[in-house]
Amino acid sequence: MLLRDEFSKNGDIRIGVYVCDCGTNIAGKVRVPEVVEYAGTLPHVVVAKEYKYMCSDPGQDMIRREIKEQKLNRLLVAACSPHVHEETFRNVAAQAGLNPFLFQMVNIRELVSWVTKDPDKATAKAKDMIRAAANRVLFHEELEPLKYHIKRNVVIVGGGIAGIHAALLLADSGEHVYLVERESSIGGHMAMFDKTFPTLDCAACILTPKMTMVKSHPNITIMSYSEVVEVNGFVGDFKVKVRKKPRYVDEENCVGCFECIDACVFKDARYPNEFDFGLGKRKPIYMPFPQAVPPVPVIDADTCIEFKTGKCPKECLKACGERAGIDFAQKEEIVELEVGSIIVATGFDSFDPKKMPQYGYGIYSNVYTSLEAERLFNASGPTAGELVLRDGSKPKSVGIIHCVGSRDENHNRWCSRVCCMYSMKLAHLVKERTNADVFNFYIDIRAAGKGYEEFYNRTMEEGVQYIRGKVAEVTDNAQTKDEEGKLVIRVEDTLLGMIRRIPVDMVILSVGLEPQHDALEVTKMFNISCSGGGWFMERHPKLAPVSTMSGGVFLAGACQAPKDIPDTVAQAGAAASEALALSHKGVIEVEPNTAFIDETLCSGCQVCVGLCPYSAISYDQEKKISILNQALCQGCGVCAGACPSGAAQQHLFNDSQLMAEIEGALAGVL
Amino acid sequence: MNKEFEPKILGILCNWCSYMASDLAGTSRSQYPPNIRVVRVMCSGRIEPQLILWAFQQGADGVLVGGCNPGDCHYQEGNYKALRRVTLLKTMLPQFGIEPERLRLEWICASCAEEMRKTVEEFTNTLCRLGPLKVQIPQIIPVTGKAVVEYVQT
Repeated sequence: MLLRDEFSKNGDIRIGVYVCDCGTNIAGKVRVPEVVEYAGTLPHVVVAKEYKYMCSDPGQDMIRREIKEQKLNRLLVAACSPHVHEETFRNVAAQAGLNPFLFQMVNIRELVSWVTKDPDKATAKAKDMIRAAANRVLFHEELEPLKYHIKRNVVIVGGGIAGIHAALLLADSGEHVYLVERESSIGGHMAMFDKTFPTLDCAACILTPKMTMVKSHPNITIMSYSEVVEVNGFVGDFKVKVRKKPRYVDEENCVGCFECIDACVFKDARYPNEFDFGLGKRKPIYMPFPQAVPPVPVIDADTCIEFKTGKCPKECLKACGERAGIDFAQKEEIVELEVGSIIVATGFDSFDPKKMPQYGYGIYSNVYTSLEAERLFNASGPTAGELVLRDGSKPKSVGIIHCVGSRDENHNRWCSRVCCMYSMKLAHLVKERTNADVFNFYIDIRAAGKGYEEFYNRTMEEGVQYIRGKVAEVTDNAQTKDEEGKLVIRVEDTLLGMIRRIPVDMVILSVGLEPQHDALEVTKMFNISCSGGGWFMERHPKLAPVSTMSGGVFLAGACQAPKDIPDTVAQAGAAASEALALSHKGVIEVEPNTAFIDETLCSGCQVCVGLCPYSAISYDQEKKISILNQALCQGCGVCAGACPSGAAQQHLFNDSQLMAEIEGALAGVL
Repeated sequence: MNKEFEPKILGILCNWCSYMASDLAGTSRSQYPPNIRVVRVMCSGRIEPQLILWAFQQGADGVLVGGCNPGDCHYQEGNYKALRRVTLLKTMLPQFGIEPERLRLEWICASCAEEMRKTVEEFTNTLCRLGPLKVQIPQIIPVTGKAVVEYVQT
């Protein structure tokens, strides 16, 4: 708090105002010379300058030089959003020997030039905002950034290819990684695929070695069949609670021989395997797929006779014998991890085609989703790599319908980015395995990527047919002899300009990608935001694509937006290096916008004590006042907003600063 | 509606959601009325009723308080505290002769640029309909504020 008398002790205030043209981004709408001239007339302003790009080297140099020459003790830069360049100009101030918190950023780009039609109005608004800031900085004081120590562990949430790649990078550079995966094996969606586009690498051949490396890496702790349930703390010092679900097989003792699975009283697998979308069968004790990591079976309590009746001869237990891997008494466990940063790599869900009954999924048995088709093609899948119909015969014709649930006003508006390419890959595999006729039904072909267009041409040369048009329906209503016993795809061929009916044996629906069903809860847990559609939001779409608004929380993979494997791996690498950069720095400097309590004003009413969400304020029984613990304060300012006597204040947002800013903002004439 | 009248709006926006939304509105070049002046705070929970009254006293025709969606607050529940204060203050505004519609609380998420644009547009229209705020607000300023007033006025 600065009373007037104290204030005058601070001596002469000398403000420098620097207004950026940002090329034409600002100067195209705001008349910058007029704004600069006006700024020069404001009280205490000793210098006001315009420059084309204030953030460029010459711009920064000019500010640094003038801070020294003009003996500036307050700095205003009117340019873009503080979320873009506040840090830049704070550094400029610091380099010139000016405390960085005597600086204020004025956002005349995002808040003014970009959103205002009329140049007069934009210019007036820019002046008002500069006046507001010039008023505000009078009440700024020197502050020291808060420094926190960064813990060197990282938790990665999601064990798909993004999580795996990030984990290996971090572990190789010496960080300890906790890889949390909610399924019983890591691998994610990629483990389901047979081949990957456009190179046709076998997914298992490139993924499973990485999975094994994760398993054997001394710096990685795999926490499979586990979910993060609570996150507390902040960048550098997160406390993450993980719930380990009971798999009833002890991961330490299990040697991965699978004798238990062979010994199970169910001689035949009879329950649908979730990993194969029910196309394959499993026993109550099972491995979701042969290459699963960790190679530890899991017992499904819903189907296991021992759990249902308690009267099973427990052949699995006998087969395991003294290895003592089977543990029917295993209980859910909560593990608390202390980490410095978090990588969220929770991936995607695929669109449920039952929402589009016109395509017959769940009605006609030979309508499959693309992921089901992947499992059929996969050599370790339910049919050992054979593409067969439900009756076991090979299809003679296959229709692949693109954009199911994507680019659709009624469902998801976005393009899922990978469907065109994986549809071509599936078409290629159909040709390769069955030599059936293949029809791709597309709206537009999006084959932008290295080798993608070439792959598109290759499939056409292989004889795959492409029909442009959004499919109206899939029906078994035969109108001609040829259509009998077939699924008929009805579509307007927009290149021929006619309605066509194409009879096929099998339909594959290229379902789009959508955010995980519980994405919203995840955002709340990690204190991050969602962009349109529910994808996790990055800090900046171009310049901070893997950071989030929560310090120390990074994004990787399809949880941020639909993306293919190369992009996912690239992003996972970026997230890992962000986490690494943070931990190698060792300490992080945080904006000192914490609250403080003026002991001379505090009446001890304790209203702030109950309001603080971080329990940073306590009541001192002897002094009869509230005491604030700076280390716990996160700087929301709720105490300052509630204090009836003005004793609780927030650095950088105290009453005098805000009131001065408001007054300045409103002093203009509209 | 008074077409000549250009209302002055003070927007007090939280750093994480509503300020981000106005940044995004800028990035996506949404066009909205130039009547709003924005002050950024870390959390809508920081905003005390005195600041809002101060804004009215300084000539604002309307005050927009922007916070995160319920459940999305960066500081857990600051937005609920803002909701309580704004709700209470709205019941008191008529005693000062201020129409409660002149104070608006909105939850605007970080990606809700369109919401931001609409809010400013609607609020500007509402205030055009209400006309200028004519009443004089008595000095209800906290101790710290008094110094500000004296300082700025001298």
